[in-house]
Amino acid sequence: MSEKVLMKGNEAIAEAAIRAGCRHYFGYPITPQTELAAYMSKRMPKIGGVFLQAESEISAINMVYGVAGSGKRVMTSSSSPGVSLKQEGISYIAGSDLPALIVNVQRGGPGLGGIQPSQSDYFQATKGGGHGDYHLIVLTPASVQEMADLTSLAFDLADKYRVPAMLLADGTTGQMMEPVELPEEKTVSVDKPWAVTGTGMKRKHNIINSLYLQPDELEKMNFERFERYKLIEENEVRYESYLTEDADIVVVAFGIAARVSKNAVNEARRQGIKAGLVRPITVWPFPKKALADLSKTAKGFISVELSMGQMIDDVRLAINCSRPVALCNRAGGMIPSPDEVLDSIKKMQEGI
Amino acid sequence: MTTEILIAGFGGQGVLFAGKFLAYKGLIENKQVSWLPSYGPEMRGGTANCSVILSDEPVGSPIVSKPYILMAMNLPSLDKYEKDVLPGGLIFVDSTLIERKVTRSDVKVFYIPSTALAAEIGAPTLANMIMTGKVIKECDGISSENLEAALGKVVSARHADLKDINLKALQTGMDYAG
Repeated sequence: MSEKVLMKGNEAIAEAAIRAGCRHYFGYPITPQTELAAYMSKRMPKIGGVFLQAESEISAINMVYGVAGSGKRVMTSSSSPGVSLKQEGISYIAGSDLPALIVNVQRGGPGLGGIQPSQSDYFQATKGGGHGDYHLIVLTPASVQEMADLTSLAFDLADKYRVPAMLLADGTTGQMMEPVELPEEKTVSVDKPWAVTGTGMKRKHNIINSLYLQPDELEKMNFERFERYKLIEENEVRYESYLTEDADIVVVAFGIAARVSKNAVNEARRQGIKAGLVRPITVWPFPKKALADLSKTAKGFISVELSMGQMIDDVRLAINCSRPVALCNRAGGMIPSPDEVLDSIKKMQEGI
Repeated sequence: MTTEILIAGFGGQGVLFAGKFLAYKGLIENKQVSWLPSYGPEMRGGTANCSVILSDEPVGSPIVSKPYILMAMNLPSLDKYEKDVLPGGLIFVDSTLIERKVTRSDVKVFYIPSTALAAEIGAPTLANMIMTGKVIKECDGISSENLEAALGKVVSARHADLKDINLKALQTGMDYAG
């Protein structure tokens, strides 16, 4: 077991990426994720890696596209406005079936918004922020330890399924320091016969492309891709269940909202209210079945979000609107307090 | 046991550094810890604060909205956070910079002229560590051990020569009987 160190969430992502074998980072500074780029700028030159501050986010994501085509582990990071700029490139990467990691340390929006934490890019991350039919595997860390662990996992899943993965964090998890046990350095040897690495005059050359002018061919690509998405939905759903077994009220929250909600659930239990928490760790694929199962016993659900209510749609769909779903939210960089979540739990308790 | 601490003052007073020191000390003592800075468009002279949680159990929300300990390094911080402190909590006031008294009667208050004491010991930038020393002395949940080890983690190798003066500042705070 390696020693626990205190690290900022942003730095933990960077170090975990390096230990997962990522040697290519392209980015552009933006609060509240800049520590990630700064860390990469210090470390990459020392280990023979590439740190490149591009002239824009658009440029950075296209550099990611290029390296991903060569089969190397590659990433970029930004915060909300910057991630919007990357959407075209992300769609191309998805359309070319390439693995890559995109980190979004979210801040309040829309527009330039603010620099305080937010979760209002949920729709963009889970419903396809760019054009066309595609999904990202979206992981949502709630602690600095998970910033590290899920970064490592994101690279593995992206390689396994040949899809881009996104780490959907927020300003709080990016800026806070907690003890973290960093994953061991690993040597990655994923077979990538599709990669553009030079033929050595021994094989037919590979082509990385997202352009298919024949509609039947493009349709076939889409169908094939969605077969893989189906596998991901079957095998890669991750979530934490906390005190849900006998829960009348199930709070659903991810990231920092889940940390706050856990405090509220504990306090509700102390006051005799049977509350529980489901914390999605993947928001795509979404833990639909877990919530559907709970809807048989629970009387109501509360979606706690740092947005005007986005994940709440997925909660309603997961349980087929069979139970009331309330929203407890703050927006624009504000974070609901445990008391606000507790009030929401009590209100629902009275109504059911 | 969980101790929630809010440290607040001007940017440049070492608010974040003091928090890091306490967090690292907790880590060394096998506690669960979190450290969360305010990260607005702050700069030297602006306001800065940080939330530190030391606990025997996993830390839930890292945001300290009801501190058990408030370290107020300037007047705006005391004005803003005095009302949030838990009943029975502790408020530490830099009495060099804050002239007014704490108005609440349900908390324990310590007035430490940290800024003046720091100047006296020849370390004018270490009012933060003097106040931290006083916190260590007065708070049952925070031991007076592992000071050097924790300093070793937060003072960079490049500035290793500053460890002694930091230790002296901590000691000055611990010895201050006010």
